[in-house]
Amino acid sequence: MISCEEAAIICNKAQYSEASLGDKLKLRLHTLICKACKIYVKKNTRLSTLCRKAPLHSLTETDKDAIRQRLDKFQG
Amino acid sequence: MEKSMAVNSLQPGTWVDLYADYLYNYAMARVNDSEVAKDLVQETFFAGLKSAVNYKGDASERTWLIAILKRKVIDYYRKINSIKGQAEVRMQYNPNSDSEGDWLEEQVADPYSTIETNRLENEELGLAIQECISKLPKKQSRVFTMKTIQGIGTEEICNELGINPSNLWVMIHRARTALMGCLNENWFK
Repeated sequence: MISCEEAAIICNKAQYSEASLGDKLKLRLHTLICKACKIYVKKNTRLSTLCRKAPLHSLTETDKDAIRQRLDKFQG
Repeated sequence: MEKSMAVNSLQPGTWVDLYADYLYNYAMARVNDSEVAKDLVQETFFAGLKSAVNYKGDASERTWLIAILKRKVIDYYRKINSIKGQAEVRMQYNPNSDSEGDWLEEQVADPYSTIETNRLENEELGLAIQECISKLPKKQSRVFTMKTIQGIGTEEICNELGINPSNLWVMIHRARTALMGCLNENWFK
């Protein structure tokens, strides 16, 4: 049986479709007997749904560096 | 004396890390053009530096920067309208219809439509998520943003940041757990 820490890592990988079938099975078995992890899986999945639903944008690190440099120059 | 204290309470050195993505999301919702939005964020920071002496410290830095950005968005639309000449409003009566629905009142959007409410709610959600991301430790927020928002693969992130996959998953785990705690319970109903 896997530990709760391992279960959490698998659950996080699953949010990005990077958990193997075997891992997902282990997680499923674990959540059958561990209520805390079952709640964690539910909340984590909900977080993924929210992130998909919201129009999230971010600047790339290159863009941010460029802005930082210009701000530094401006400040002298 | 008062003025110098006000300047001290602003920390421009942290602006890009803490607020750039938040402001960018706000701008994207209004101009829907990534280049324009990027410029607006940068102009906001410059304007913030220029008027730092006016910061009274009665609003949070972020609220203060958003107030500046709002004006920048208005300026942007004024400018493109003056380039085009003038903003035009054209009334269009539907020529192809001989139904009785010709009056404008009968053609307005369905007041019970949920599309507009959803759009606003999703924007609010986006800003709430960005606010929570900005509270994460820098490295966690970077990994989470790259993975979740930019959709970059695990291997590529590891190469770029010089970490191994188990580091990455631990950071993702911590970031996601913190976000679940930070986001208002209402979103989890």
